This record gives sequence, structure tokens and C-alpha cells, in this order.
Amino acid sequence: MTIASALALAGIRHRFGHTLALDDAHLTVAPGTVHALLGENGAGKSTLMRIAFGMLAPDAGTLAVQGRPVQFRSSADAIAAGLGMVHQHFALVGPMRAVENVALGSRGRLDLTATAARMREVAARTGLSVDPDAVVATLSVAAQQRLEIVKALVRGARVLILDEPGAVLTPDERADLDRWLRQFCAGGGTAVLITHKVREALAVADAISVLRRGRSVLEAPRADVDDDAVVAAMTGEALRASPAKAGGAAAIRGLVPTPSAEPVLALDAVTLRDARGVTRLRDVTLRVARGEVLGVIGVEGAGVRELLRVLAGRLAPTTGSVRRPLRVGFIPEDRLHDAIVPAFSLAENLALADAGHARGRLDWRGIRRATADVLTAHDVRNGTADRLAAELSGGNQQKFVVGRERRVGVDALVAENPTRGLDLRAAASVLAALRDAAARGADGPAVVFHSTDLDEVLAVATRVVACFNGGVREVPPPTDPEDRTAYARALVGTL
Amino acid sequence: MIELGVLLLPFLEASLRTATPLGFAALGELVTERAGVINLGLEGAIIAGCFGALAGAGLGGPYAGVLAGIAAGAAVAMVFAVFVLALRADQIIAGTAMTLLALGITGTLYRLVYGAGGAALDTPTLAPWALPGLSSLPGLGPVLFTQPLPTYVLYLLVPALLWWMHRTGAGLALRAIGEHRAAAEAAGVRSQRSRAAAIIFGGAMGGLSGATLVLAQVGTFNEGMSAGRGFIAIAIVVLGRWSVLGTALAALVFGAAFALQYLFQAMDWALPYQLFLAFPYVLTLVLLALLRGRAAAPLELGRQD
Amino acid sequence: MEALAALWDGAFGSPFAFWSATLVRATPLLLLGLAVAVAFRAGVLNIGAEGQLLLGAAAAAAVALAFGDAPRLVLVPAMVLVGALAGAAWSGIAALLRRRYGVLEVISTIMLNFVAAAMVSWLVRGPMQEPTRVYPQSSSFADAAHWPFLLNGQRLHLGFALGVLAAWGLWWWLEHSAAGFRVRAVGGGARAAASAGGVDVGRTISRVFLLSGALAGVAGASEVGGVTWALYEGLSPGYGYTAIAVALLARLDPRWILVTAVFFGSLDAGAAAMQRDAQVPSVVVQIVVALVVLTVLAARYVHARRLAQRAAPETA
Repeated sequence: MTIASALALAGIRHRFGHTLALDDAHLTVAPGTVHALLGENGAGKSTLMRIAFGMLAPDAGTLAVQGRPVQFRSSADAIAAGLGMVHQHFALVGPMRAVENVALGSRGRLDLTATAARMREVAARTGLSVDPDAVVATLSVAAQQRLEIVKALVRGARVLILDEPGAVLTPDERADLDRWLRQFCAGGGTAVLITHKVREALAVADAISVLRRGRSVLEAPRADVDDDAVVAAMTGEALRASPAKAGGAAAIRGLVPTPSAEPVLALDAVTLRDARGVTRLRDVTLRVARGEVLGVIGVEGAGVRELLRVLAGRLAPTTGSVRRPLRVGFIPEDRLHDAIVPAFSLAENLALADAGHARGRLDWRGIRRATADVLTAHDVRNGTADRLAAELSGGNQQKFVVGRERRVGVDALVAENPTRGLDLRAAASVLAALRDAAARGADGPAVVFHSTDLDEVLAVATRVVACFNGGVREVPPPTDPEDRTAYARALVGTL
Repeated sequence: MIELGVLLLPFLEASLRTATPLGFAALGELVTERAGVINLGLEGAIIAGCFGALAGAGLGGPYAGVLAGIAAGAAVAMVFAVFVLALRADQIIAGTAMTLLALGITGTLYRLVYGAGGAALDTPTLAPWALPGLSSLPGLGPVLFTQPLPTYVLYLLVPALLWWMHRTGAGLALRAIGEHRAAAEAAGVRSQRSRAAAIIFGGAMGGLSGATLVLAQVGTFNEGMSAGRGFIAIAIVVLGRWSVLGTALAALVFGAAFALQYLFQAMDWALPYQLFLAFPYVLTLVLLALLRGRAAAPLELGRQD
Repeated sequence: MEALAALWDGAFGSPFAFWSATLVRATPLLLLGLAVAVAFRAGVLNIGAEGQLLLGAAAAAAVALAFGDAPRLVLVPAMVLVGALAGAAWSGIAALLRRRYGVLEVISTIMLNFVAAAMVSWLVRGPMQEPTRVYPQSSSFADAAHWPFLLNGQRLHLGFALGVLAAWGLWWWLEHSAAGFRVRAVGGGARAAASAGGVDVGRTISRVFLLSGALAGVAGASEVGGVTWALYEGLSPGYGYTAIAVALLARLDPRWILVTAVFFGSLDAGAAAMQRDAQVPSVVVQIVVALVVLTVLAARYVHARRLAQRAAPETA
């Protein structure tokens, strides 16, 4: 006798404008299991799950929950059917309290005391507790994630969908989450884990599905697959598991640049308080020399953002001194808002880098020539000087930004999560460009590189520092290169 | 001195009366803005309400005028909603366009129907109505309770709105949409519907404001008689820090600012009357600068889709 | 139909209609359109062109009346200069309120419009009123304060030439100068301009605001110096708001503003004829203005949809 699947999607097709995001995608999740949905950035995982949660209506295909076919008009229907979602960028209203967030979506009279009672009940049952009266914006990242789960459970979710849950957690918090998921499934719940990190998925899943370019290419029990098979399915090639491993690990052992005598970037006792008076950086002293790649790790709120911007000259410290070259190249995380003007042409975007300094008449012919050079040198597909930046894909936009900033950052270059949201190929290209910049040794720039992916950082960096609570500490390289505990501890401040 | 004292109570009574249209418009805009939409077409809704009230009252008496005014204001808001929600237009530009459109249409219709010349038109009005018992309370009794009907409606609207915003699921959903729309959607809230409803409510309130202006305050129609009240109402929401009580209070302050004109006429001060014309607008600027309320704005306010 | 014929006749029916009516009506719209456009390019919503025009007119009138015996060669440029300064000062108030206190310029500029109207009302009934103290207007200007005509027998005056110069100058400045590029960058993406380009966004915005006010002030000086030769109320029947449509229809491009200003000028000239000959109220023009703006918005939406479809997909 076949047991009804907890969640089943079949024959899903969905188009965004001209692009076919999903083409005959399917997913069958058995009840009581942790099911991982893997795929590169851009493969269609989030789209598929948004369809499953009722936030999007597919062009074609069917959905079934607990064996019964359903049609969702909005996420309210999905919630009523017993689905719950933990979003990658939390779907919580920051200025409101936890209990208000949990009550959001209910109809009629509002009874916050009853909601708070239900929250406490869930806490007793599952061990996930969040203070109902806490303002969400003040909660830690892990607590906010807990709140998302509690919210789903209070609504009676039997099937939980988690979108890249590990992206914002420290290794310890991730282990806690994995433990909790196993507990949840043992108690009859079902979990769907969306991720692009193979190792993370294989560690906890009972079954795997892989999406590539909108199609389902693999669905099997965990026991039947291994790392390489999964990666091969994800990329369609026998590529190594991550750009990091693709000839990168050597960076730590092999590439030892000639340290230049004088550091190019120097911070001395730098403290930074933001507009609301919160201290973001505490008494930071740091040196970076030419040819070095300084890897920076840290969770959200630890001070990474501020550190990078102080090094790049985009933020001024409250006290302390900064020595840096006049122009520092900076590749920010939010490309669309902080790096380019999407409505401008690529030539205009190149001119943007000098906009603050330029005087008098602009030499457009020269700028367009330089743009063409950058486009060729960095393999920007589909790009010409007059093309609007908005018309390029994210990966090509990023390659352009990297190229532009390398021109500017002859002495120093700072990159903030440059591979975020890029597919493997584009990510590899970006990392190669950074490595290339550093490879010039004493003739090249100092490079500062931050990524939320520890593998990436370790593959490229010559030295690693960790931010925690506004402080910056050097993390000495472990004797065993595969040993990550030092880094994990540095992230939570227990090094 | 004695003169001023004698005039105080009538001044307060006049202030409440002039504050009423401002209060309606501001509270309507408050609901719209808590949903994350800034409607600069509010001025257009008000003038539409003025003209609708004139036409309606001419056809069926003052109450018909009120209904017609509300409908006219809601209609303006509906067009604005289409542009902002369906066509994803920039809220500020669309709102400004709506105001220009409404000012132009009401002006044209007025001249076409009632003739160019601007002769003072008589319209059936809503006279002040003393509430039995309450209006004989000592002190502020006569001030508070000898007002035209719309003012009493305002008294009821404030607590009703307060209750709705903070004690119902719909009110919570609205506030969530204004702070973080994606989160509200994820929780199952149909944000487009709610925003449309909020916008239309705001427009209806603007229409009510205009109707009150014509039927319970001025007693006639002039082209452009809204005189920037829609924008002042938006400033009132800012000054009231996007709260119901704050908005009501700020509306009262501006009502007094407008009523200063009457005080001036009575007091016969040796000052150019244009000073009092300009006063409410200068006050808006000064208060906006001093009370820097922007930090309390709903996070999604004005954000384009 | 009769109305449309009257409209066309009034605007283009004769050389007089074109040179003296249409283009003269287009002059303030040209200067104001440029003022609005340059501000919008930086993302500054200057809805106060109306008030800035009035201040420019009042200042130019004051100079014209105070120095009526100065030679024309000195007086006219002085009027232009003073008009620009007054307009810039008025918009400067809104700029300061935005920079220092975060006040939305849409609200502040509109408030200032009302204040400016009140000021002019006071001036023409008080300190600047004509000597018989009967009419709410200033004395007529001396001949030296009459701006020179451009064509024999026609009413087209210096203001139009200034407008054309300003249009080309502004176009060149925005496309080819570093400062103009900064303005466009701030309007296209202020965060990117600051982060990637090191642009001082606050300073750029303030400067554009002042420039915008100056242009509007010149429009005011142009009206009193070239057309009315006196100061009175109602100088601007909503030009500041029509200018928004002029600018938007031209997609904020100074070269196209020349065309759209003439278009709206023709509507204005024709509307007077339409009212006179076909009894259709001239206020209709205001409706056309608003409809234009709404149509532009709708068209932009369609354009943006098409652009989004052409673009490669972001990660799903």
C-alpha cells in the first residue's frame, strides 16, 4: 500500500516573461522525512517552493498535499493546508513584536494574549522559545529563524519548507537546527530543505532532489547518492564540488606572495558608532599589505559590513585613524543599489566610478574605449558600451563591476560577498579575477575579501580574520587544513 | 485683555469647525500611508468632494451632497489606485497628476454648469446642531457640542479608527503591509486588495473633507478652494507620527491656524491680512522642520513596486 | 469641432498667432520646464516652480521700478540676475529644509507656492502698489525695463531667446560635463553614485535645487519684463504645474522641452481663442496637462515591462 506523500508537485511549468524558469519540474516528499532540494543559484528552487507555498500560480502542473490535490490562490490557502515556510530573508515585520508577527494573517478580532499562549505551548512542546513581547528587529538572527518556525507551527504546519536556512547561521546554530529538524520529523512532521550547499544537504537529508535549469534531474534516497553524483547532477558536468576546490585550496598553501614592506591599508584603534549610537566596530587595529588576500568572516551584525566600508573609505570611523590609498576599489554586496545604476549604459556606469572626482568635460570616447576593454578582459557576455546595465544578467553585471573596480583599485580592492546569487560559472570567474589581482604580489593591490561561504574564503585568502561583536581577531591557520573548528569558534566569539 | 477672553471660546469653536475637514482628510491619508502608499492626489480628492457636494446638494439637499462628495473623492482615489497598483507608477508623480486633473475637471465643470463669473453660489448647508444636554455642560460644553454634524462624525471616527487599527486582524495586516509587504504576503495577507481598499478609503475621506468644507464651513464653491489642504493633511500625518491620536491632535492645531483669520478680523489688528493667509503654510514648514517625524514613517511608504 | 478649429487658428492660424501668441505663451513654459526637468533628473521633485516664478517676478519688478532711469543695457540684465537670485533663494528654502531637516520637498515647495502668492498679494496692495492706490498692481515699468523684442512687429521677446540658450546649455551640461553627469547619477541611483562614485549626494541635490529655482526665477522676470511690464496677482495661471507636464512629456530632455513647451504654448494660445470664439472654458488646458502626465506614466509602465522582459533573469 502506498502511503500518500506529504507534498507532491508534478509537471510544473512557469515562465517569467521570456524566460522559462521551470520546465516539467517535480518533487515528491514522503511524510516524516527531511527532503533536500538542491540546485545552483538560478536553477529554479525558490520559484518551485514559492509555487508550493501558494505565492505564485504555476502556468501548468499539479500540487497535492497529503495525497489530496490542491490549488492555492495565496499563501493563506497553503497555510490552511498545513504548509509553513521559513524564508531565506525572513518574512518578519521588524518594528512589530513577535506575537504580532505570529498573529499576522488571522482575521476578525485580534487576541494577542491567546496568540502568546499558543506560542508558549509550542515552546513547551518543541523547545523553540521566543519572547512574545520582543520587538523582532532586536532579536538575533537565529532567534528570528526560530520565530519563523514557531509562527508556522502555531498555524498548525505539518510540512515545513526552509529556504537556505543555513546561510545565516554559524556552524553551531546549524547543528542545532539539524537536530531540531530530525526531532520534528520523528514526531510526524515533514521538512523540505532548499539549499545549494551539497555538504549541508547530505548531512541531514533522507532524500534528495536536484533541479538544474528548471528541470528535475535527480530524485533519490540519500543512501543511493554521493557528493559527486549530486554535484554532477547540479552542474551537468563533472566539475569539482565547489569553485573553492577547483584548484583553489592551493591558495593557502602554495601562493605565498612577497610581503611588501609597507602595508597599504592600516587601521589603528578604529571605533565606529552608527547613526543610532550603536557601536559597530570596537578598537580595531589591522594591517593589509600588497599581494595579500585578507579573508574576512563574520555573521550578520558582527561588524563585517562596517569594517569593509571603513577599509574602502566609504565610511568614516568615529575615533581612530585609517590609512588607505586615495582610491580603493569596492565591490558591494547589493550590486543593484550600491554598485551600478541599472538604467545607465555600461559606459556611463564605468564613468560612475570617477563621478565624484571628475571635473570639466567628460571624454566619452575614451570612456567607451575603456569600457570595451573591461568587457573583453572580464568576459562579460552580451555587453557593449551602450548596452544598459539592466539588460545584463546578474553574473555579467558582477563581472563588469569587478572589472571596473580593479581599474580603480590599483592599490587596494575590497570585495563584499561578490559571489552572492551567482551561478557557479560566474562565481568562479569572479573569484579568479580576485586571485589574479592578488597574484601580482608586491606590484598589485591589497585584496580584502568577505564571503558568507567559508569554503570560498579559505580557497582564496592568504590570511583570515573574523569579526565578532565589533571586534576583529586573526584566526591562525589550523595544522589540518580540513579542520574548521577554529573558524566556527571565531564566528561565535569563543576562539 | 477682556476682548481676547471673550473671543477665546468662539475661537475654539471655530477651530474645531475648521479642523474637521482637515481631520477627515488627514485620517484618511493616515490609513493610506499606514498601508505604505503616499497619496498626493488627496488634494484632488478634496476638491472633487467640494464640487460633488455642490452638485449633490443642489439636486437633493445637504445629505445628498455629503454622499456625492464622498463618492467623488473615492473616484479620484480609484484612478490613482489603478496607476499605482496596476501600472506600478511612481506614487508621487501619479498623485500630483491626479490633483492637477481633479482641479482642472472641477474648474471646467463649475464654469460650464454654473457659468464663469464666480458669483457666490448659495447652497443648502449643514448648520451647527446643539446636542441636547451635552451642549449645556459648563466650560467647553458649547464649544464641543454645538457643531455641525460632520464634526460629531469626526468625534466618533477617531476611536473607531483606533480600535480598527489595533484590535482587528485587518488593521494588523494593514500596518504590516506598510512596514514589510513581503512579510505580510508570506503570512497570507492579500496586500494588493488591502492597499486598494486603504487608498479608496483615503479618497472617500478626502471627499468627505471637501463636502464638509463646502456644506458646513464656507457655504459656497470656489475654484481651487481646497487651497492646499490636502498637502497640509499629509503634513499633519507626519507631524502626528502616523498615529491616530497624533494625527487628530495635529489636525486640531492646524484648524486653529486657519481659524486665526477669523480672530484677526474680529480683533482688528494692524497687520496685513496676507500674513494670516500665509500662516498655515508657514506653520506647516516650521513644524515639519522642528518635529522631524520622518523616522517614524512606515518603512514601505512610497516604495515603488 | 468648431472648438478645435478655433484652437488651431488661435495657435498657428497666422504669423501673429505663432510668433506673438504661441511662442510668447511658450516662453515661461520653456524656462519652467527646464527648471522642473533639471531638478527631476536629480530626483528632486520641485513642484514649487510656481512660487519661484513669483519671487523672480517680484524681485525683477522691484529692480525695474527702483532703477527705471538706468540704461536698458544695464537694467535688463540686472532684472535677469535678480530674478534668478530670488528664484534660487526661494527654492533654496526648500533645499535647506530637505537637507537639514529631511522635509519632503514635494510638500515644502507647494507650501512655499502659497506663501509666495500671499507675498505678491501683499506687495501689490502695499509697498509696491501703484500711486493712486486703487488697483492691486504695481506702476508700469519705464521703457528701459521693457525687454527687447526679437522680431519686428511681433511680441516675441528676449525671454524666449534666453530659454532656447538655456535649453541647449542645459543639454550640453547634462550630457558632457562632470557636474551634469553627477546630477544624472544621483537621479539614476543615489546610493550607487555615493558608494561607487564618491559623489556628494547632498551637495549635488542642493545645487540642482538652486539651479532649478534660478531658472524659474528668470521665467518670472521674463514675464514681467517681456509681457506685462508691471507686477500684479495672477501672473501665473498654473504655469508651474503645466511645466511638469512639459518636462515629463519631453522625457526630461532639454532639447525636447523646446518642442513640448511650444506645444503647450499653442494649447494656451489656442485656448484663449477657443473660449472667445467657441465658448469652451480655457481651464480645459489643465485637464490636458494632467492627462498628458497620466499617459506618460502609463507609457513608462509599458516600457519598463518590455525592458524587464528583455533582461536576463535574476537567480530564481
